[in-house]
Amino acid sequence: GNFVSHSLYLHTVEGVWPLPQSFTSSTERYPLNPKAFYFGYGRQSAAQQDCSVLDAAFKRYFSLIFPDYTSGSGDKPFTVEIRVDHADCDSYPNENSSERYNLSVSAGQASLNAETVWGALRGLETFSQLVYQDDFGTYFVNKTEIDDFPRFQFRGILLDTSRHYLPVQAILKTLDAMAYSKFNVFHWHIVDDPSFPYQSRTFPDLSSTGAFHPMTHIYTQSDVRRVISHARLWGIRVLPEFDSPGHTQSWGKGQSDLLTPCYRGSTPSGTFGPVNPVLPSTYQFMARLFKEVSSVFPDSYIHLGGDEVDFSCWKSNPDVRAFMQKMGFGGDFTKLEAFYMEKIVNITSALKKTSIVWQDVFDYHERIPKDTVLHIWKGTPASYKEELSRMTKAGMRVLLAAPWYINHIAYGQDWRNYYTVQPLNFSGTEEQKKLVIGGEVCMWGEYVDATNLTPRLWPRASAAAERLWSDEKQTSSVDEAFPRLQDFRCKLVRRGIRAEPLHVGHCKHEYQGV
Amino acid sequence: MITALKFTLLLLALAFAQGLHYNYIDELDKEAGTVRAVQASQYVSLWPLPQKVKILDLSFKLTSFNIVDAKESSAGSSCSLLQDAYRRYYEYMFGIAKRQGPRKSRLTGPSELTELQVWITSPDSECDGYPSVTSDESYELSVDLPYAVLKAPKVWGALHGLETFSQLVYEDQYGAKSINSTAISDFPRFAHRGILLDSSRHFLPLKVILANLETMAMNKFNVFHWHIVDDQSFPYLSRTFPQLSQQGAYHPYTHVYTPADVKMVIEFGRLRGIRVVPEFDTPGHTQSWGKGQKDLLTPCYSGSKPSGSFGPVNPILNTTYDFMSQFFKEISTVFPDAYVHLGGDEVDFTCWKSNPDIQKFMDQQGYGQDYKKLESFYIQKLLDIVTTTHKGYMIWQEVFDNGVKLKPDTVVHVWIGGGANEEMGKVTAAGYTTILSAPWYLDYISYAQDWQKYYKVEPLDFDGTEEQKKLVIGGEACLWGEYVDATNLTPRLWPRASAVAERLWSAKDVTDINDAFNRLSVHRCRMVAHCYDILCICISFYDKL
Repeated sequence: GNFVSHSLYLHTVEGVWPLPQSFTSSTERYPLNPKAFYFGYGRQSAAQQDCSVLDAAFKRYFSLIFPDYTSGSGDKPFTVEIRVDHADCDSYPNENSSERYNLSVSAGQASLNAETVWGALRGLETFSQLVYQDDFGTYFVNKTEIDDFPRFQFRGILLDTSRHYLPVQAILKTLDAMAYSKFNVFHWHIVDDPSFPYQSRTFPDLSSTGAFHPMTHIYTQSDVRRVISHARLWGIRVLPEFDSPGHTQSWGKGQSDLLTPCYRGSTPSGTFGPVNPVLPSTYQFMARLFKEVSSVFPDSYIHLGGDEVDFSCWKSNPDVRAFMQKMGFGGDFTKLEAFYMEKIVNITSALKKTSIVWQDVFDYHERIPKDTVLHIWKGTPASYKEELSRMTKAGMRVLLAAPWYINHIAYGQDWRNYYTVQPLNFSGTEEQKKLVIGGEVCMWGEYVDATNLTPRLWPRASAAAERLWSDEKQTSSVDEAFPRLQDFRCKLVRRGIRAEPLHVGHCKHEYQGV
Repeated sequence: MITALKFTLLLLALAFAQGLHYNYIDELDKEAGTVRAVQASQYVSLWPLPQKVKILDLSFKLTSFNIVDAKESSAGSSCSLLQDAYRRYYEYMFGIAKRQGPRKSRLTGPSELTELQVWITSPDSECDGYPSVTSDESYELSVDLPYAVLKAPKVWGALHGLETFSQLVYEDQYGAKSINSTAISDFPRFAHRGILLDSSRHFLPLKVILANLETMAMNKFNVFHWHIVDDQSFPYLSRTFPQLSQQGAYHPYTHVYTPADVKMVIEFGRLRGIRVVPEFDTPGHTQSWGKGQKDLLTPCYSGSKPSGSFGPVNPILNTTYDFMSQFFKEISTVFPDAYVHLGGDEVDFTCWKSNPDIQKFMDQQGYGQDYKKLESFYIQKLLDIVTTTHKGYMIWQEVFDNGVKLKPDTVVHVWIGGGANEEMGKVTAAGYTTILSAPWYLDYISYAQDWQKYYKVEPLDFDGTEEQKKLVIGGEACLWGEYVDATNLTPRLWPRASAVAERLWSAKDVTDINDAFNRLSVHRCRMVAHCYDILCICISFYDKL
């Protein structure tokens, strides 16, 4: 019938999102029979059976590759043989983890070679996207050669669990979808002004009084462990953010004397401002909290925030003013903020963690430890490029989020804006460009909770994923990306991710939930 | 923990105090001498706000509660529409509590309410009928001892009253379901309160449509405007012309609505007091029709040769009208509603202009180069065809603008933004009934609280006489499908459409945006709990009151 034709289009390696760095493929294709399909470890592989990361991945990818395996045809077996150089099966992915892989698909087998298991995971994802079904349900994969590696080492998604609580399930599902787009960092903006859902071992009052609800709207230690271990299996780092001294209203509920009492005239007004930077007890508290955080979260990075500090409360407080006098800060409250941030950064340095801070900290105070990573979040393209130049000139490593504030929605195909960002298009030397470690898609939570998170995030975030993974020259055309992204979006839907449509059209398998 | 709860209570109390701008509250204070206490604030959650509400600070526990027919009711146990609704609302109110196990309060004091009696007062309950634009949707609800009574002339009002009743139920601090002594008298401000969904640009699985009907009922919407086909695809499986969907749907089996599907939508809607008005838009927006119906569309020419592409429906062939007669005959039997939407918007004339046969026809008819006349010629014939099927019709505003002769009961649908007020004035001045959609294109998204924009619309805010204003029978929120499918429809539509729902149901002076915010926040959580079963923060606020 006529209808067959429109779903019968040639699948090629271009169907992989994000686009691999180098590939060749041919029209020669091999049928795959789910009943005779195997994953195996190559003899030379450092990792063998019982490699937790890969064993779990085989299980996952089998059902991703064969979403309905009622139809088995072809009797030739097919094996995906994995070989990795390092048996880092029980470790966590980190900032230096190689994600490079080499995938060679030929008759009866695919060889997947990688330095690390994390690279092998990326290769499995690619392989899973190469497999397709014809109209009779038979699975095929084409002869293909791929050599692939990420352009940027840090490719993150920020979720905000303070403005709205996100159930653990919603986070886990997001981690799944992140892996499909080869994102590798989950930036967990876990607390903020509106609520403090992180249940601290050391300071349980923080969530019992600061969360929206002390029982139902918190992340217990086991919830956090679950997120971290799920992320690890997908090769995703979990970067926690405990933003201070601003954005801390919810902290004050469970920790008295932590926040600065604001004054009206000569009496306290009853409201509170940022963290109180003049009390030694503040730093004792922070040292204990970050000691806990650094042991709970295995990643070597901790995000310390430091953005949008409102000085009006500090200004109103006589003790803070007296402290300013004593320190010789005059009326410059940015110096007070810098003083505070420096102490916090020192706390995390002592814990052997790398600090990430929002750009504000650099803007006010260029004298910060060199290994701190700066996170650009604001401004027009012109101004963030300027900021990139300035920061990298100062020798600092930089993470770019400004062009990917994906919580800002608009009618139409705004993914195109996310796709056409050129993260290294700023004036600076080659050395400076190398200091840009990657980028991050931010989904702030003012208008987002579990009801709309997924369709708002996907596939718009996938546009940024390709920008951060793939070669910029090969992916410079947004119009060429469009059909590929449409195809990828349908893959996401088939995998049960509520990824919204890019424009008019259909998927062979529509989303079946409500 | 205790502090947190206190804090949330305080928040709500504050929020509530801001919302106290209604006359009925003052009235309540004077008459019943109630205190503005937090306990009284559960009615912050009523949405859309009833016309008259009195809630006393006297609560009843709902124990061994039942919804039953009143003895005097003209609809007995044979009225399956009501029996179905009783069960639905019972499960909705008590379903979750039941799963948690019995949690009867041992406290003495508050009285127990065991029954809601539903009393259909008019001799004809319309139980087995379909809702229509003239249906009586009013109801009166009295929650008091010995039992609560819901009185409505017709089943349609009873359905709305059940929804309102369910919105009044809350859990006390021990988890027991409770309700306050309440008197409500309610009716809609506008008779036509619709949602348009577009199943052509993206196919919407049946489940999504049904879930949406359910949510519509929670918001007292009563018209599902089903923009079922358009350029992009033709998912309606026609018995008379099966090749239309066979060729024109995205997929002939997985992306179509079978007669059984359509029946299910209609019945599901009927059981919730919702009309299903199908739209078969012509002569433009018909690219998908052409795939399964040869010679229906106008062949476009490039120079003196057909270009291979097609334009709007070909208005000069008799076969076109034969086809339309048969097609709309089918539609008139499949869809029971008294109205069918015939579209008529955005006709692009370039293809007609390119076609020599059309030019010849234009000359014969003496239309000159005025293609609007040709469009009117087509529409006129189409309207005559539909008239013979004994259906009324709705049309997009262009048809009126182009001066087509319309039946007096035609509903003109105003959709073009900018000048919508002027258009409303013109349409009503010409004596036609009208519905408004222009300010409610919900597919246009933007950052932050755009629901406020929808809420602030006043449909009668145009220059015209009282008689003209009466011709405005309502409005519709439109969710066009360019960027919408099953993955994002629900969160994109709700609760933004709820803002429109209140505008169309509640009294004109219900305009306090802060109060609306408070009630809508809780209403949203109710929809979330109902439709997703996800814990939501306002639900826990709400439960603790």
